[in-house]
Amino acid sequence: MIASVPAGLILIAAGLVAPLVPRALRGWLLLVAPLIAFAQLLALPVGARVEVEAFGFALQLVRADRLSLAFGYIFVIAAFLNALFAWHVRDGVEQPAAMVYAGAAVAAVFAGDLLTLFVFWELTAVASVFVVWAQGSKRAYAAGLRYLLIQLGSGMLLAAGAALRYAETGSLAFDFVGLGTPGGALMLLAFGIKCAFPLLHNWLQDVYPEASATGTVVLSAFTTKLGIYALARAFPGTEMLVWIGTAMTAFPIFYAVIENDLRRVLAYSVNNQLGFMVVGIGLGTDLGVNGAVAHAFADILFKALLFMSMGAVLLRTGTVKGTDLGGLYKSMPWTAGFCIVGAASISAFPLFSGFVTKSMIMVSAAQEGHAWVWLILLFASAGVFHHAGIKIPFFAFFAHDAGIRCKEAPAHMLLAMALAALLCIGIGCFPAALYALLPRAVDYAPYTASHVLSQLQLLVFSALAFSVLMRTGIYPPEMRSVNLDFDWSYRRFGARLAAGGAVALAAFNAAAAAGLGGAAARVGAWLQGVHGTEGILARTSTTGGMALWVALMLAGYLLVLYL
Amino acid sequence: MNPDNKRYWLDEPRNVTRLYRGLWGIGIVLVLLDLAVHRHAEVGFDGLFGFYGLYGFVACVALVLAAKLLRRAVMRPEDYYDR
Repeated sequence: MIASVPAGLILIAAGLVAPLVPRALRGWLLLVAPLIAFAQLLALPVGARVEVEAFGFALQLVRADRLSLAFGYIFVIAAFLNALFAWHVRDGVEQPAAMVYAGAAVAAVFAGDLLTLFVFWELTAVASVFVVWAQGSKRAYAAGLRYLLIQLGSGMLLAAGAALRYAETGSLAFDFVGLGTPGGALMLLAFGIKCAFPLLHNWLQDVYPEASATGTVVLSAFTTKLGIYALARAFPGTEMLVWIGTAMTAFPIFYAVIENDLRRVLAYSVNNQLGFMVVGIGLGTDLGVNGAVAHAFADILFKALLFMSMGAVLLRTGTVKGTDLGGLYKSMPWTAGFCIVGAASISAFPLFSGFVTKSMIMVSAAQEGHAWVWLILLFASAGVFHHAGIKIPFFAFFAHDAGIRCKEAPAHMLLAMALAALLCIGIGCFPAALYALLPRAVDYAPYTASHVLSQLQLLVFSALAFSVLMRTGIYPPEMRSVNLDFDWSYRRFGARLAAGGAVALAAFNAAAAAGLGGAAARVGAWLQGVHGTEGILARTSTTGGMALWVALMLAGYLLVLYL
Repeated sequence: MNPDNKRYWLDEPRNVTRLYRGLWGIGIVLVLLDLAVHRHAEVGFDGLFGFYGLYGFVACVALVLAAKLLRRAVMRPEDYYDR
């Protein structure tokens, strides 16, 4: 019975009901809903379908295959971890919206057709912006608006791409698309926005640092990985993605090194990790696509863990600026420990999750003869250790003692971090459990002496480079600053252009009015006569009269239709 | 600053130096292990002695130096977008 309820609807329903139940029950409701959803997914066999007929289309609300199930599991786990981490947040907006957002993401990965995908794609955008706005500040509001515009833009592109695709193939099925057609190109762009392709990426760094301590944890899990899922479904083996992904791994790390807001540093490292997944999908090999899915799975966990540790710091100290922090391990030793587990996982230390997932993508790149790509990915691996693995824990918990003495994070936050840390280590130590979930057959052994040794060498010497640069004072100090990125083009240049345009337009209007010798004034007088207080269009009419006119117009339409 | 007047192990610069030297020790041992472990090269040249250690070190130094240059081009005051 439960299998016939489309996946994700349980979470969406829980999120919609949550604001209406008493505050004491709200936390429990949001905690239990993911457990029920997880049980439902476990009962959902590969090959299960839920189909309905609507708007004259055969819609596939649920298509359970290995790819959708892998993303479904991890999305529901993320929803649970988040509800636990945000146990103390009982307002009627943030966490309910977060649950709707998670449910929409789950429903989207199970969507078997483009129309269903589009509906839930847009729902993730709308629900998640409330998570941002719930933070309450003016900055969060503005960032949320920019975010919403960009996310809805992605939805528009998806809708247009889907419509073209329907015209091209006569089918709405969401399967392999490829880049050969205009519909495919638009869809790639739509997915690219969610995956934060280069130049489409700034929504990520813009909005993640502005959400609340708990909100950013939610944001980090779903939107970008939904994009990765869609790419893995529709564009595996598209060579362009190899190059796009490679660029994504490399350029954000330079920004991450000089960024002061530690949650924005993590946002850049999200970008970098997504790059690895995009490369894996672009390679299109069994190892590459499996690696992309496995790395998405692992990334959701360690990124959630890192954002949770920074969220706990933000909750206790009121800041996550590198300039203001340091020495927090004395006050928050557990949080520091969990942060280091997350850092070791993202840096791909042996026995931690990144080690068994990222390497699949790199080996596949090497096997396909992409030596340059492989070298850049290796550079990016060293770089991610440098900025996420070392910089985050170092500047928050060690470095110079900033003199902050606060309480350790609350128990429920520590529990959520402990669970996430356990999963990170579990995947790292028992990769076979994760490999069993992957969409394609796995023929890969991460723990060879050669692989362990080369990874340890890479990491230890990256750490040595950091230490040497620190001790010699070459390492750039943390500074209160904003670093211009591509978003400058719309936040500053575009805004100035529009303002300049408005001034020019006003001047043109004035000149034109004068030049036409009062013609404009006559038009104005005529408009005044028609639309003004006594004008024909301003007169009030009775409701009955209006209903009559509407009925007449509809009758007119009907006539025209049959003529 | 140390408001609670408690000395932690890491507060001693001497201990930090010990950690630093220990890290170099680990690094050197790892590179020497290259001689003992049969390397399964991914792309050919990564089988060279000490490749991963050297690459990691050089990559990170280059990253930081490049990022310092980047700062000159893109760094603005914190309230840049609020003005």
